[in-house]
Amino acid sequence: MALNITKTPKCYVGGAFIRSESGRVYPLHDADGGFLANIPLCTKKDLRNAVEAAAKAGAGWAKRSPYNRAQILYRLAEMLESRFSEMAAVTSDKETRATIDRIVHFAGWADKYEQVLGSVNPVASSHFNFTVTEPMGIVGVLAPEEAPLLALVTLILPVIVSGNTVIAVASKSKPYPSILLGEMLAVSDLPGGVVNLLTGDRVELIPTFATHEHLRAIGATATKDEAKTLQQGAAESVKRVVLHEPKTDWFSESHDSPYAIRDFVEAKTVWHPIGS
Amino acid sequence: MPAKTSRTQARELLFGDLWEFDPAPESAPAHIDERYKLFIGGRYVTPKSKKYFDSISPRDGKKLAEIPHANAADVDAAFAAAKQAFGPWSKLPGAERGKYLFRIARLLQDRSREFAVAETLDGGKPIKESRDFDLPMAAAHFFYHAGWADKLQYAAPGRTLEPLGVIGQVIPWNFPLLMLAWKIAPALATGNTVVIKPAETTSVTALKFATILEQAGLPPGVVNIISGAGETGAAIVNHPDAAKIAFTGSTEVGKIIQRALAGTGKKLTLELGGKAANIVFDDAPLDQAVEGIVNGIFFNQGHVCCAGSRLLVQEGVEKELVARLKRRLSTLRVGDPLDKNTDIGAINSKEQLAKIKELVQSGIDEGAEIYQPSCRLPGNGFYHAPTLFSGVSQSHRIAREEIFGPVLSILSFRTPEEAIEKANNTCYGLSAGVWTDKGSKILRMASALKAGVVWANTYNKFDPSSPFGGYKESGFGREGGRHGLLDYTKLA
Repeated sequence: MALNITKTPKCYVGGAFIRSESGRVYPLHDADGGFLANIPLCTKKDLRNAVEAAAKAGAGWAKRSPYNRAQILYRLAEMLESRFSEMAAVTSDKETRATIDRIVHFAGWADKYEQVLGSVNPVASSHFNFTVTEPMGIVGVLAPEEAPLLALVTLILPVIVSGNTVIAVASKSKPYPSILLGEMLAVSDLPGGVVNLLTGDRVELIPTFATHEHLRAIGATATKDEAKTLQQGAAESVKRVVLHEPKTDWFSESHDSPYAIRDFVEAKTVWHPIGS
Repeated sequence: MPAKTSRTQARELLFGDLWEFDPAPESAPAHIDERYKLFIGGRYVTPKSKKYFDSISPRDGKKLAEIPHANAADVDAAFAAAKQAFGPWSKLPGAERGKYLFRIARLLQDRSREFAVAETLDGGKPIKESRDFDLPMAAAHFFYHAGWADKLQYAAPGRTLEPLGVIGQVIPWNFPLLMLAWKIAPALATGNTVVIKPAETTSVTALKFATILEQAGLPPGVVNIISGAGETGAAIVNHPDAAKIAFTGSTEVGKIIQRALAGTGKKLTLELGGKAANIVFDDAPLDQAVEGIVNGIFFNQGHVCCAGSRLLVQEGVEKELVARLKRRLSTLRVGDPLDKNTDIGAINSKEQLAKIKELVQSGIDEGAEIYQPSCRLPGNGFYHAPTLFSGVSQSHRIAREEIFGPVLSILSFRTPEEAIEKANNTCYGLSAGVWTDKGSKILRMASALKAGVVWANTYNKFDPSSPFGGYKESGFGREGGRHGLLDYTKLA
């Protein structure tokens, strides 16, 4: 009987598949304790490299038209649907289905949230005054251990739909869905560097997530201690931090919301005189 | 196409000091008490600390009133009152909450002149600004938010807005009563109760505001007004019963607050410092731009977080614009803020004056060229002449640090790309100005500038319906409009 070709799991960073710069890995086992694969144990240096990749991709992604961003996200749903059984095998049918639906939901928001979140303001003086949203830039995402696909995607989608870029750390105990997600992102027309997925130990990476000045916001599930570290570090550069309970129900429809997008956009108000 | 530079010098009438203007002091009574009390649970109470400090009028350096220096026990009492008031207040029908806010707006309008004079005496801003800007705008904020109280279900489609609880609010000294209105009005409209602390040097109008609340019949404890210094503010920020902290002030203190709240689960909005670029292109209407530049940096003595403190001029019009600007500066009247003709009043405090002077000296030391019109400053009180620095480079302190005074740094640029690069090259991101005749250029610049407010062919305009707040280290959250409202609620 011919031997199977096993896959080497790699992280998806800057549109490329990489191992950790440190060469470190940790073993992933199946339910029976058998060896499955080695997963990259990413370092602070990997995080900084990912931030550089995200910075390069940011301007171009933010400039894409909302319609174009919508189509690219929809394409991601197509890519996941076409490998449904493979993803369901490492998560579940239910989680994969919910993830596809959530991607489609947010794809549709790309050219709509502005009309919900923005405004034309009826000022008393003779000025045309409006408020539009803009992406913040590079955003750090820390996904929980459970719902390793759905939670990760639910945290990433509202960030990128407006033109931000992401560096996300996947579930440590269940990293494989993020490895597959990277492969799907790579063929989804999403420009390389917009979503960067790291695997490894969040405990090691949290201090750098907190203090890296080029990360303008953090979206994370965090324990109380982790929240404190993240928010204290964030204060050094007045970074925005959006926290979720580790026990969040990721299947809840409450996540299908433009207000999750609002957490990762800046509001810009423009004034112009009306008259001669 | 670049504007034509005029070959002939514009004609102007130069009277110099030939004639003195007669003083035109505002004479309406300000009704300032000799000694104030804290306002807690609907009652005027002496501070448990038994301590007071003097509020100095920057106009003449003389003592104006004695202000309670609240301690942690006073702050505790205020939070207890606010906590007790929260239940009934948040359950009150929105329309009823709104009626209180409408009343407050009307009462502020009634007593507008009295408060304007008090504001000018206590803070040093020209009476024409406190009379024509601070007071009408403060009343407008209450009126605007009053109308939201029974319409919250329309503020966020698909969600219900729920109040947060007791909000701790700490406000700055540059627009004392207006910042109080920005903070209290949205908090109350959404069903929260408030513990608010005015800045140490400008507590008078906040403490006077208690009488407005009393006249409006606001239920006890809904708004509690606590005066004091830094440690009083810290006691508010760190109080376990605060559901949210709303702070306007320096980036330095904002970072301390953000750090202090880490891991507490309290919500936070910060409206912090700025170093705004005011960008003038060579196709701009120059006379209008000059007025906008003057308003941008000399409004309220430059004590404005969104002041247009960095002027970026396109090279082709730099010489002409600076010449016109200097000419305009010589007509600004600096002096007694209570005089109705005064354009630039007193610097808020001795400490702030020292800080401005220190930064001005750094500009001279680092090689920028200083210009100040000849103007006589009053002998007593805290005053600073309007100041221009030309030949400023990006690395100079006066181009990077917030001066918070009547000091403008002038830099030049050649292309829109260079202007964007220079404008965004700062840790701040509160505001920016653009002056050009070309609409598409305005929209391009407006979208490229990393700032929460962009004024195009205007500057320093504000409105309760218009969201205000910063990018980057200028803070987060917005004040005003639907955006500001949402920051005082949780979406259920």
